[in-house]
Amino acid sequence: MTAVDPSTTAEDAAPDAGGDILAVAREQVLERGEGLSQEQVLAVLQLPSDRLSEALALAHEVRMRHCGPEVEVEGIVSLKTGGCPEDCHFCSQSGLFESPVRAAWLDVDRLVEAAKQTAKTGATEFCIVAAVRGPDAKLMEQVRAGIAAIRAEVDINVACSLGMLTQEQVDELAAMGVHRYNHNLETARSHFPEVVTTHSWEERWETLQMVRAAGMEVCCGGIVGMGESLEQRAEFAVQLAGLEPDEVPLNFLIPNPGTPFAHLEVPQGADALMTVAAFRLALPRTVLRFAGGRELTLGDLGAEQGMLGGVNAIIVGNYLTNLGRPAEQDLDMLETLKMPIKALNDTL
Amino acid sequence: MEPPADTVERPYCAWCGGERAAGDHTACDRRLASVDPPRHCPSCARRMVVQVDPVGWTARCSRHGESAGENGFGG
Repeated sequence: MTAVDPSTTAEDAAPDAGGDILAVAREQVLERGEGLSQEQVLAVLQLPSDRLSEALALAHEVRMRHCGPEVEVEGIVSLKTGGCPEDCHFCSQSGLFESPVRAAWLDVDRLVEAAKQTAKTGATEFCIVAAVRGPDAKLMEQVRAGIAAIRAEVDINVACSLGMLTQEQVDELAAMGVHRYNHNLETARSHFPEVVTTHSWEERWETLQMVRAAGMEVCCGGIVGMGESLEQRAEFAVQLAGLEPDEVPLNFLIPNPGTPFAHLEVPQGADALMTVAAFRLALPRTVLRFAGGRELTLGDLGAEQGMLGGVNAIIVGNYLTNLGRPAEQDLDMLETLKMPIKALNDTL
Repeated sequence: MEPPADTVERPYCAWCGGERAAGDHTACDRRLASVDPPRHCPSCARRMVVQVDPVGWTARCSRHGESAGENGFGG
């Protein structure tokens, strides 16, 4: 295990652009519950590395004050893998790239088994994910059958992530009892065209608005380390805050072979942790979840630093096409940190 | 000196599909030990159909059948 070395932030030489931005954040975010502005988030991201511990400590205070000590645990599974017509440059599931990931469908029995495995960890959320632009009739039918089977056998909230939706599909998912819908904006609006060219940031935003209007919880986050500038990272945090999502999953890029981003470096741990703190200070009341890539970027001790730096939710076990560490390791970490797992009856 | 038996029976890298004897696969092995399930059959290098679930993975080669494993990071 390696702790994240705070001496490796990319912005070592940058001045503290906000004067004493953390003192401002203490009054504005901790005491008044008002998230930081874009300029203020940027000032946090530009803090020198010797202030990382201070930023994480403040973000943890904000999380404890405005969200409480509970940690929301979630498991995810890929219902339909690979063969996606979109060109998201980070994704190994695009059918447009020479990726080694082949198309696969999960049957309902294995979907229910995955939900059971997730529930055993104490998780309250189980997210069904498909690599598609948006669901077709076949996928909607598989989702309908899967949700019915899960609800008959497993006591867990079901979430979905099926790409861009029509109003009719939004209404269908709400009627099926989908608790939360994930649709990541992925990155800042200004950086999105460098990441995806087959659809727009605005199309994703429209789906999110329909999801909220239908009464489902909104889950929307993105990926850190896709070549965005710190300015764009601050822009993204504030754009997410403007959406007022119930949950923000934070992923860290895993450069996957065959994708246009295969050449990018794994994000630096200290930069990732400063981003965690900055996002918490922009989003004081949101469920902020550690998602994919944390294992490579942060390691075990870095993950603990993040849990003590504003994060209050995790995905346990494996991801969609990548592997995570065993759920038991994360549950042990939460026990060590004396962080209780959020119970199902707290989410209803 | 004869090559190790494993290199004879499983001559291909399960991550990149290249011949194990033909290059350095240290980085590939690191990915397989941490964040990636096998994507290529180690016996014939065919791309496999891989399904990941919360606690494990299965990988199916059309010629050599199915293999399975658990989480990454030594899990």
